[in-house]
Amino acid sequence: MSAANLQIRPDGHLRHFLCIEGLNRGLLTEILDAAESFAGVAEQSVKKVPLLRGKTIVNLFFEASTRTRTTFELAAKRLSADVLNINISASAAVKGETLLDTLRNLEAMHVDMFVVRHAESGTAHFFACKALPHVSVINAGDGRHEHPTQAMLDMFTIRREKGADFGRLRVAIVGDILHSRVARSQIHALNLLNTGEVRVIAPRTLLPAHVESLGVRVFNDLREGLRDIDVVIMLRLQRERMQGALLPSEREYYQLYGLTEEKLSMARPDVTIMHPGPINRGVEMDSQVADGPRSVILQQVTYGIAVRMAVMSMAMQQNTPAGTASA
Amino acid sequence: MPDIRIHGGRLIDPANQLDEPLDLYISAGQVAAVGQAPDGFTADIELDASGLCVVPGLIDLCARVREPGQEHKASIDSECRAAAAAGITTLCCPPDTMPVVDTPAVVELIRHRARQTNASRIVVLGALTRQLKGEHLSEMAALQQAGCVGVSNAHHPLQSTLVERRAFEYAATFGLTVFLHASDVALEAGGCAHEGHIATRLGLPGIPEAAETVAVARDLALIEQAGTRAHFCRLSTQRAVRMVARARFDGLPVTADVAIPYLHFTEVELSGFSPDYHFIPPLRTPLDRQGLLEGLRDGTLSALCSDHQPHEPDAKLAPFPITEPGASGIDSLLPLTLKLADENLLTLSQAIEQVTSGPAGILNLPYGRLSAGSPADVCIFDPGATWRLDASSMNSQGTNTPFLGWEMKGRTRYTLRDGQIIFGATAS
Repeated sequence: MSAANLQIRPDGHLRHFLCIEGLNRGLLTEILDAAESFAGVAEQSVKKVPLLRGKTIVNLFFEASTRTRTTFELAAKRLSADVLNINISASAAVKGETLLDTLRNLEAMHVDMFVVRHAESGTAHFFACKALPHVSVINAGDGRHEHPTQAMLDMFTIRREKGADFGRLRVAIVGDILHSRVARSQIHALNLLNTGEVRVIAPRTLLPAHVESLGVRVFNDLREGLRDIDVVIMLRLQRERMQGALLPSEREYYQLYGLTEEKLSMARPDVTIMHPGPINRGVEMDSQVADGPRSVILQQVTYGIAVRMAVMSMAMQQNTPAGTASA
Repeated sequence: MPDIRIHGGRLIDPANQLDEPLDLYISAGQVAAVGQAPDGFTADIELDASGLCVVPGLIDLCARVREPGQEHKASIDSECRAAAAAGITTLCCPPDTMPVVDTPAVVELIRHRARQTNASRIVVLGALTRQLKGEHLSEMAALQQAGCVGVSNAHHPLQSTLVERRAFEYAATFGLTVFLHASDVALEAGGCAHEGHIATRLGLPGIPEAAETVAVARDLALIEQAGTRAHFCRLSTQRAVRMVARARFDGLPVTADVAIPYLHFTEVELSGFSPDYHFIPPLRTPLDRQGLLEGLRDGTLSALCSDHQPHEPDAKLAPFPITEPGASGIDSLLPLTLKLADENLLTLSQAIEQVTSGPAGILNLPYGRLSAGSPADVCIFDPGATWRLDASSMNSQGTNTPFLGWEMKGRTRYTLRDGQIIFGATAS
């Protein structure tokens, strides 16, 4: 079954949240609007709403994560759900329990929602295909495929910074597009929201085959790609990319693709600088830029909670069986 | 051994360019005559083939029977019986069993177990290198003596081009055909899907076309150098087909085949992450599919195989990249071959040739034809019978196939191997 059918109910509501591809603009806007209403919750003295009271959410992380897991956890807690964090390192998986057994065992404990991160593309789909009818699956990153809540919090950040009219924006994504699930989700989200122009900037070794088919303009030169840009999203460069002949050195990468004040002069003066974190200072960007006035990197983290609250509540609300009152 | 007359059927024997209503006479396990009864022939058994097609028993150029070593997936017994029910009389097994087919003992074990089933026969490819590790040559002369019909390193890489050259030369010493899986492992880079826009969208590690073309180019150069006879297994790209066509035009002793799934599916099927479409080499583009069909039509590809890879259900119950590749294909080989003729992509005779005399020629075996004196391997099928491929209608132990739920047209009624009825004896 295609991803779109899998994650949307016949009535058009969200059932799972697996990937941005296949969703529609209305749904994305609905998520952003809901996130807007949740953003206020954190500022109240009691940072909780009772929307998911009595629900059990499991954060099932097969890959290390701090930021994503904590913001999912906080989001669930602020929705009054019970949260269980399970970190299954690769070594534990080697002990022999299959993914399906893990899912079935947790389902037997009456879990209502799984937040899943895994190193293999398609894992969230696999869980969604096998999950019981009342169980929702949220993708917290699968291999190189998608990381849809990260993209939504990025869209939320852009909307807060630049307003709701994406049509007049030029957005550039810089760095390791090839291995990035964040980039794929961002590209789909930006295009669904009718962004004026979406660019990717990277050396050829870090671009996937036919990347232009995702709906982006491709640049190999950072300065050229930054010309007149409104938003620049830097991606994290993983150290292991130096092996495998993808890049010669961090030094050369920083020289060519590291974001500095000097290179930023090509962009629009009010350019917004984003990064999904964690940053490699001096590799992807200069500290001066990361900590500068145009950087919204920490706001992204804050907004992450509201956006995840929105996605979780939307996927779960529809799961309440008819007749039982939802809070 | 009974004398058998098969009468009233439409006899199609591409090797002898026959396609007409002819009776077939079988005696002492061999074809005694076609058309006219030999002098003094009296049939012990009469098989009425009215409304049916009578063709040589099918040869599946690549079928993994999983024994020895992976009996949880399938066994020689289960797969030889499944083959018989599917009109296949000869299965050719690659050497990547556990243990590997690199000693006469393993060859003998497989052949012995196959004989015990009293169903289809198995012919075996020996390992090109010891334990398929790509370092030391296997004892090819001993393997040939034990009955191996060729040598192959299956999907395992050779350590260097020097090992490849030496292995080709050594195989050529004994006239052994080398069966090649053309893929450059470094370029494959652990990928699981065709490197193209679908893999890019799905974030699946890609296998570029060049993984195949680089390997074919290297192999062809060494084949020419060593003067060895070679066969390219399961080509997946249009470019590779054209490279082989060029090499054949230049007179190199090379042949090639394609597997059924590559003629029906492309990378597009991967969109839903269904592990049923996980193949190595990967399903490629619509253009590649066209190239493979062209290769079948113009004779560059001279065999069509099922590339049978039965699995236990668990092997496919995981996210796409970590599932095991391959599909179970024995049960659907005949109907899906006939489908090519039904869709006018090949003539019926061309289609039958690809699963009979085509592979027989590659393996240099006397099967796949209905000439007087040749072993009486016969498949009698109802070309109009339709049935649904599902877990209950499949005979293979593995029911992992992307064709599940498809309506199949063409059903085997009788299968004879060496003049023995190995399937359908009780059917009327």
